[in-house]
Amino acid sequence: MNQAYETSATLAGYNFAFLDEQTKRMLRRAILKAVAIPGYQVPFGSREMPLPYGWGTGGMQVTAAVIGAKDVLKVIDQGADDTTNAVSIRHFFVRMTNVATTEKTREATLIQTRHRVPETPLSEGQILVYQVPIPEPLRWLEPRETETRKMHALSEYGVMHVKLYEDIAQHGHISTAYDYPVLVNGRYLMRCSPIPKFDTPKLHMNAALQLFGAGREKRIYAVPPYTEVKPLDFEDHPFEVERWPEDCALCGAQDSFLDEVILDDRGGRMFVCSDTDYCGERRAAGHTGRMSAPYKEEAAE
Amino acid sequence: MTPDLDQTPLLSVEALNKSFGRHVACHDISFDLWPGEVLGIVGESGSGKSTLLNAIAGRLPVDSGKILYRAASNSIVDLASASDAQRRHLMRTEWGFVQQHARDGLRMGFSAGANIGERLMALGDKHYGKLRDTALDWLRAVEIAPERIDDLPRTFSGGMQQRLQIARNLVTRPRIVLMDEPTGGLDVSVQARLLDLIRRLVQEHHVACIVVTHDLGVARLLAHRLMVMRHGQVVEAGLTDQLLDDPQHAYTQLLVSSVLSV
Amino acid sequence: MTEMIKVENLDKTFTLHLRGGIALPVLRNTGFGVNAGECVTLHGPSGAGKSTLLRSIYGNYRPQAGRILIRHENTPVDIVAAEPRVVLEIRRRTLGYVTQFLRVIPRVPTLDIVAEPLLARGAGEQAGRAKAAELLARLQIAEKMWSLPPATFSGGEQQRINIARGFCADYPILLLDEPTASLDETNRKIVINLIDDARQRGTAIVAIVHDADTRAAITTRLLPLESQGVAA
Repeated sequence: MNQAYETSATLAGYNFAFLDEQTKRMLRRAILKAVAIPGYQVPFGSREMPLPYGWGTGGMQVTAAVIGAKDVLKVIDQGADDTTNAVSIRHFFVRMTNVATTEKTREATLIQTRHRVPETPLSEGQILVYQVPIPEPLRWLEPRETETRKMHALSEYGVMHVKLYEDIAQHGHISTAYDYPVLVNGRYLMRCSPIPKFDTPKLHMNAALQLFGAGREKRIYAVPPYTEVKPLDFEDHPFEVERWPEDCALCGAQDSFLDEVILDDRGGRMFVCSDTDYCGERRAAGHTGRMSAPYKEEAAE
Repeated sequence: MTPDLDQTPLLSVEALNKSFGRHVACHDISFDLWPGEVLGIVGESGSGKSTLLNAIAGRLPVDSGKILYRAASNSIVDLASASDAQRRHLMRTEWGFVQQHARDGLRMGFSAGANIGERLMALGDKHYGKLRDTALDWLRAVEIAPERIDDLPRTFSGGMQQRLQIARNLVTRPRIVLMDEPTGGLDVSVQARLLDLIRRLVQEHHVACIVVTHDLGVARLLAHRLMVMRHGQVVEAGLTDQLLDDPQHAYTQLLVSSVLSV
Repeated sequence: MTEMIKVENLDKTFTLHLRGGIALPVLRNTGFGVNAGECVTLHGPSGAGKSTLLRSIYGNYRPQAGRILIRHENTPVDIVAAEPRVVLEIRRRTLGYVTQFLRVIPRVPTLDIVAEPLLARGAGEQAGRAKAAELLARLQIAEKMWSLPPATFSGGEQQRINIARGFCADYPILLLDEPTASLDETNRKIVINLIDDARQRGTAIVAIVHDADTRAAITTRLLPLESQGVAA
């Protein structure tokens, strides 16, 4: 696709989006299969990327397979657009595709993420690509791949509750705080990549297409738009998301995932939105938190 | 002849064969197991008794033969040719398997309560409080202090681990429990307690058992009926006391005479 | 007269494979019957096959030829040919066996050991315990011992516990192998009374008793056995 645009403005000697067309086709076939069977892990031939495993090579391959010259790309790491991993990957795709980039969730057509789902609700037509370190939700309970595949095939997921039981027994509540196990479309048990459980409900009935890529483990899986995603829980210990003792110190948000920032060595701290775009957008709209200065356009640069 | 006895066996093994390459581990084995009956399989290491147990449990594919199980639904299932899904479902509901080594039969990284609750959770039980109550009941039933419910099995003694394994299996009220050397590697005093517990639970819950053991004392105490295996074949079978007190086959006589007193 | 036991043409030979396959014929063409309310005592020299015959009737030894019909639930069943679970059922309901040796089950209290045969026949826990307590009291086992497992008890105490266990279930048929050996005079008389009571109730009894006085006291018919056969 997009043949006309490709190669023109990208780095000489590289194919559009780094991967050759055959590889992208293979990836797209895997992605289509993943979309057709929500939550099912599709094996694919993972390629070497110019980044070590663990830095998001799975997500990058998925992004490379779906990106077109007209896409607007956003890359976030832990909710922020300006962290090393996000900056590197964004820079990589700019050099390899020359696509436009943005930090605004609303403006992006394609968002690659590590460990967060943007606070701003996604809309139809958007694609969210997750970087996944370990795709198999049953891995720590059953080390044998042959066995976990069989367990998926037969929907033998009871053992997953054993882990949640243990959480409650040891901590009084389900302490699994990220990578929370979910059942997709009432059929496949899925790992959400290490997003905080705060983000887990956002996967449910999301308007965007959500794709998950694990490079080292060579698996792709997907949650198509408007798919049911149900977190596992107990009748008497229902699924709950984290809460914070304060609102965002900068924008006053009560509904977003907050990072704790230590201010001094005397116990001073503040909580701020992990999603920098969301926080900025709110401040631009006039919202304030208890430690924020009045908002002004950033003048520097 | 005796109208109050069951007329159909719970399990019928028919002409079961299993080889490993040229080594014949089980040759043409047939037997019936009746509801509530404890069948002991005795023989020395390499006689094929553990292979037979694993084949019946579906842990090893058989070369030929039938393993006909009358399920709780009253339908007859040939486990030798049943689908994975059906076999695995039966194994964690109507069947149990007690391993010689507790570490093979328990989740050592999970608490005693989680170990007992696992089968129930696999069946869709999703009420934490009820799971916990059930676990407490079973801990008491196998004589483990209820306050150990959140402790890891690795902090338990060998005998306690075996008792936990039994509780973990019996929690779904299975109709057949397979046991592979359940008292192997335990101290004599611990063995006695475990045997007594198994005897009592098997009676109370009317569960049929196949117990593989090389210990004729264990066989005498637990089993109603024995099969003696040697070189993959059943050389003699019958009522436990008949077989031990009046052994007919040369090999059975050798086995019995090799024991100090049973 | 109800015939409770019918032994026909019984042959029993022990083949000792570990000693070059030597064959020891013990019973040859043995036959006799026992009616309800009879106490038949096997009599003969050591090695004549008294215990072998008793154990064969119990289904413990397997004869090579012949039949042993046991009247079980009003139907004669050949215990020689019966499948194991039928033998167990006959033992549970019909056939009691008392030796002088108690097979101790670890950790099980005396009272439960005695009550077990009755419970196995479907009696309630309370009724079973009450009957067991009555028998233990009659056999002069001190009440404080009832809740203890008998493993550490004296030989005589264990023997009396075993007798109590054998008589607890009121089996229609009782096989007694030296039930009074090594008991003192008082207890011997108590056991004789127990046996007599059972017989009066209609129990068919086959016994081996060495002590001449006891034999005389319980026997209604003597069955002489000789080495390798029987004069019936």
